[in-house]
Amino acid sequence: MSETAFAMTDGQVSYDGKPVLKGIDLTVRSGEVVALLGANGSGKSTLVRALLGLTPLSGGTTLIYGSPPARFRDWWRIGYVPQRLQVGGGVPATVREVVASGRIARQSRLRRTSAADRTAVAEAIETVRLTGRANDPVQSLSGGQQQRVLIARALAGEPDTYVMDEPTAGVDAETQQLLADTLSGLVLGGKTVVLVAHELGPLEPLITRGVVIREGLVAHDGRPPRPEGDCARPGHDHQHRHAVEPVAGPLTGWQGEPR
Amino acid sequence: MIFELLQEQLFQLALVAALLVGLCAPAVGTFIVQRRLALLGDGIGHVALTGVALGFLTGSAPVLTAVIVSVAGAVAIELVRARGRTSGDVALALLFYGGIAGGVMLMAIAPGGSNAKLNSYLFGAIASVTPEDIGVIAALAVAVIGVVLIFGRELFVLCQDEEMARASGLPVRFLSLLIAVTAALTVVIAMRVVGLLLVSALMVIPVATSQQLTRGFRTTMGLAMLFGVLASVGGLLASTVSTKVPPGAAIVLLALAGFVLALGVGKFVRRGRTEESRVSPRMRVEEVA
Repeated sequence: MSETAFAMTDGQVSYDGKPVLKGIDLTVRSGEVVALLGANGSGKSTLVRALLGLTPLSGGTTLIYGSPPARFRDWWRIGYVPQRLQVGGGVPATVREVVASGRIARQSRLRRTSAADRTAVAEAIETVRLTGRANDPVQSLSGGQQQRVLIARALAGEPDTYVMDEPTAGVDAETQQLLADTLSGLVLGGKTVVLVAHELGPLEPLITRGVVIREGLVAHDGRPPRPEGDCARPGHDHQHRHAVEPVAGPLTGWQGEPR
Repeated sequence: MIFELLQEQLFQLALVAALLVGLCAPAVGTFIVQRRLALLGDGIGHVALTGVALGFLTGSAPVLTAVIVSVAGAVAIELVRARGRTSGDVALALLFYGGIAGGVMLMAIAPGGSNAKLNSYLFGAIASVTPEDIGVIAALAVAVIGVVLIFGRELFVLCQDEEMARASGLPVRFLSLLIAVTAALTVVIAMRVVGLLLVSALMVIPVATSQQLTRGFRTTMGLAMLFGVLASVGGLLASTVSTKVPPGAAIVLLALAGFVLALGVGKFVRRGRTEESRVSPRMRVEEVA
């Protein structure tokens, strides 16, 4: 039996009394590559944050490797890639410093940075092809390059499960392809991936399971929906909202099915 | 002249105090600036005045009561901040005004309290530092540097991205309180040297100066500590030239002068960098043409 990375039962979240997640059941087993899909405001980012315990549940339960987030101790098993890099109050930080902070869950307080730490950081930076900029301040990088720094930070921690919030949003085609290549390496290595996406782009072939969130509920859970028609055209500018549009093709048929 | 000064015990004490402040304030300040809490030191400084006055009122050492009250104030500020409500802003303002007004009031009714004493805490009185003060300042400085050395890696993650810190399993609440308490200790260290009203300047200005010139967090902190020491020792020396020069103000003005200088140098450095990147595409176009 494979391990369960995340198990949410009837997960509910409200912001100021307004329900955002209305009862989500979601189990992610190790080795799965799950895409959480949905329109803006459907609750997919909130779901990711709730899975990690960053947003408290107002109802239901969620477990990370069998423990509730507050009692979970093996945080090194999780590599979180937030939506964007926080640059803070303007104190510069180099690419290497930010990526090295991904090792924090593996480091004990009094131990100095080890050779293993340094190697993992250098490899992570090389994977996202930023070695030439390792000593530059992250503030000087473009949006796509900052996204790569975030991915490298997660890679440096060598986690079992990657949780990525919109890693493809607003990044250039080169970074999207780089992300796809990096992810396929992780998938081959048996890692678990949960990623939020508005559209999958070059990541699509890697996804083993698509979960569509609509208005705070799971609307589809199964094989990833394939884009059709205009949406499948490379370079298609995705401006319509999935949730309000009747969904065509492979998405029909499951809508009325019990999960 | 400096050699003669070094023989004097008063000057030795003042020099040690200035060195410790110059090292500690920017070290803590780097984290605080990164966390967008640049004015935290000011707030704690206001509250600490009540602590000083309590010391005079109860006949205990003002430095010790200042430690207790400013740590309590820092914890209160952090708790209000963590709540993240908009009314927190006003709550903090109330705390600061209460701190100053309470301090002035208690000082007026305390036996042995006077306007001169009040001023020496508000604007610093490095020349009146006693050996006992130095003992407390040195112990606090060891605590502050210890926190930076032991928790620096975690504090870096916290100040960079609190969410990331949480998703890495770091004890976010503990670390947030730790940085606030460390800032409070730094305020007390700096209080005798630059005064409570200018305490924050030594936590912020050297960091702002340093980040004009650096590319990384660690180097920013290191350089800020160097600038802090240069300013505090320089200001102290300036005050020995004439008794008219108040050391606290001299230290802060010196730090500001350093900032203006670094701003110019930094602009020059950055212009050089952007010109480099601007030149290369143009050259490519010419090659094609």
